[in-house]
Amino acid sequence: MKATLSNRYVVSAAGAILLYFVLSLAFGSNEYYSHVLTLAAINVILAVSLNLINGFTGQFSLGHAGFMAVGAYVAGGLTFFLKVPFLPALAAGALAAGIVGFLVGLPTLRLRGDYLAIATLGFGEIIRVLIINSDAIGLPMLGGPRGVRGIPGYTTFGWAYFFAVFTILVIANFINSTHGRACISVREDEVAAEAMGVDTTRYKVLAFSIGAAFAGLAGGLFAHQLQLLHPDSYTFLKSVDHLTMVVLGGMGSITGAAVAGVFITAFSEALREVQDLRMIVYSLSLIIIMLVRPQGLMGGRELTMDSVRRLWPGRRAAHTGGGARGTA
Amino acid sequence: MEGTSLTMFLQQIINGLSLGSIYALIALGYTMVYGIVRLINFAHGDVYMVGAYLGFFAAGWFGPRFIPVLLVSMAGAALLGVIIERAAYKPLRMAPRIAALTTAIGVSLLLENGTRFVIGPNPKGFPDLIERQTYNLGSLEISNVDILVLLVSLGLMVLLQFIVYRTRIGKSMRAVSFDKDAARLMGIDVDRVISVTFAIGSALAAAAGVLVGIAYPRIDPYMGIMPGLKAFVAAVLGGIGIIPGAVLGGILMGEAEVLSVQFFPSTFKNATAFVILILVLLLRPSGLLGRQQSEKV
Repeated sequence: MKATLSNRYVVSAAGAILLYFVLSLAFGSNEYYSHVLTLAAINVILAVSLNLINGFTGQFSLGHAGFMAVGAYVAGGLTFFLKVPFLPALAAGALAAGIVGFLVGLPTLRLRGDYLAIATLGFGEIIRVLIINSDAIGLPMLGGPRGVRGIPGYTTFGWAYFFAVFTILVIANFINSTHGRACISVREDEVAAEAMGVDTTRYKVLAFSIGAAFAGLAGGLFAHQLQLLHPDSYTFLKSVDHLTMVVLGGMGSITGAAVAGVFITAFSEALREVQDLRMIVYSLSLIIIMLVRPQGLMGGRELTMDSVRRLWPGRRAAHTGGGARGTA
Repeated sequence: MEGTSLTMFLQQIINGLSLGSIYALIALGYTMVYGIVRLINFAHGDVYMVGAYLGFFAAGWFGPRFIPVLLVSMAGAALLGVIIERAAYKPLRMAPRIAALTTAIGVSLLLENGTRFVIGPNPKGFPDLIERQTYNLGSLEISNVDILVLLVSLGLMVLLQFIVYRTRIGKSMRAVSFDKDAARLMGIDVDRVISVTFAIGSALAAAAGVLVGIAYPRIDPYMGIMPGLKAFVAAVLGGIGIIPGAVLGGILMGEAEVLSVQFFPSTFKNATAFVILILVLLLRPSGLLGRQQSEKV
């Protein structure tokens, strides 16, 4: 068992590295394509981390853009003002977003899901208001509504890709751990989970903080790609983008969210000229997917080597972790 | 000096009352729908926006006459509310709450961007349905628009109170809100009651939209987002599901917002509502008029 497990890791790692070289060779020379690919990788981080909160733990966060903003401003501020190197700055941004996530989650996660939706939405808005009023709160260098220009462009496709793979790896392992199972039990039936001795509030806050930290990481990458810190990059509509990715990919499917992250990025780029139409398609797809498949397109299933192999009949499918979710 | 600041304070109270009664009208729809189907109707703020646009077009057809414009807008929004409920929410009544909430966000975005797509992104000037006049009470100023907003809101709230407590459909609404299954067993047509609730809530939001159009004559497809959220917070503040709570919460919200502008830069205004929300959730999650309840299994 141990051998097959590490085998799977070797295959996945080889696949990830191969994909990276194929993508870099195919698109790396074109500045526009590599920009879009970087954006796609950042969106994968956001979609997968939001899926931990919305899909796996069954909570409803609408504030992912707010955590992204925290990460972006902390990481971008560190590299721009204090000349901190890229990686420590990214880590600090992620940590800051995680801490803010913990502070926001602690009071609100005791409540039922729909309050959390509004509270996180409100939190995202408060972050934006604070940034816009940075002069009034004693941080005039953040530029308020004007933002900060000239953030060093450290984010390359290579870094974004590396962190996307890192995010998927960490969150997949978390889901398959004791703690991850506890989070899923909260989603399935909070009262039953509590009765079984799961400290539901603790796991909700844990999942929320981890999700927020990765959103902060994505924010840091995004700021160093855009080379700009601006409050308008982190509006409520940004959070809706992330929500659409999770819903499209499947509530509780890591690979689904990752694929949806790439798809939505490409789709948004294709419809860049017709913004109105893009939002109409988003909203209709949210409604229709919920009406037809409330669990999202992939549901809780994962795209794995085993599931590909299962397409050939006659072979007994091996056990796959993370995919056990009822469709009720 | 003392006198002027007191005057200013009283003036702000008056302004807050007018703004607050708008929030109260919107909050009523949130609270009624929540009371009956336990759903945060995210699209409610956008129904208010559509109400304002219906008023805009109705004024084009009937000329600038207040009562017909108000009635047409309310009737159109009521229809819209029923369609939304039937098409988007009813099929998900048994689904996990997260699915219904996602759909509600989808409907909200669809209304905003659909309106933007059909009518265009530029704000429109709302026609002058009544001529604005300002009265002076000592050093205080009050306009006939403020008075109209207050009177119409008050009238609609009294009407709502009458419907809920003195009519057959109101009794059914209270029964469904108390226990849907038992109500169904007693022969109440639950689907019809839910539709009526959406119709009434949406009509109230549309009335708020028309009143806002008169008071602040600029309407655009995104005008419903912030008032919708603030009205939701107002409903939570008063105790969601409780009709007098929505009115109380709405008025308090209007006052809090107007007074916060006195003490903080006006760019902080939109954060007031969310600070209130987080405080309520921390200190008194069931709202000012709500009773603390433990969740039933």
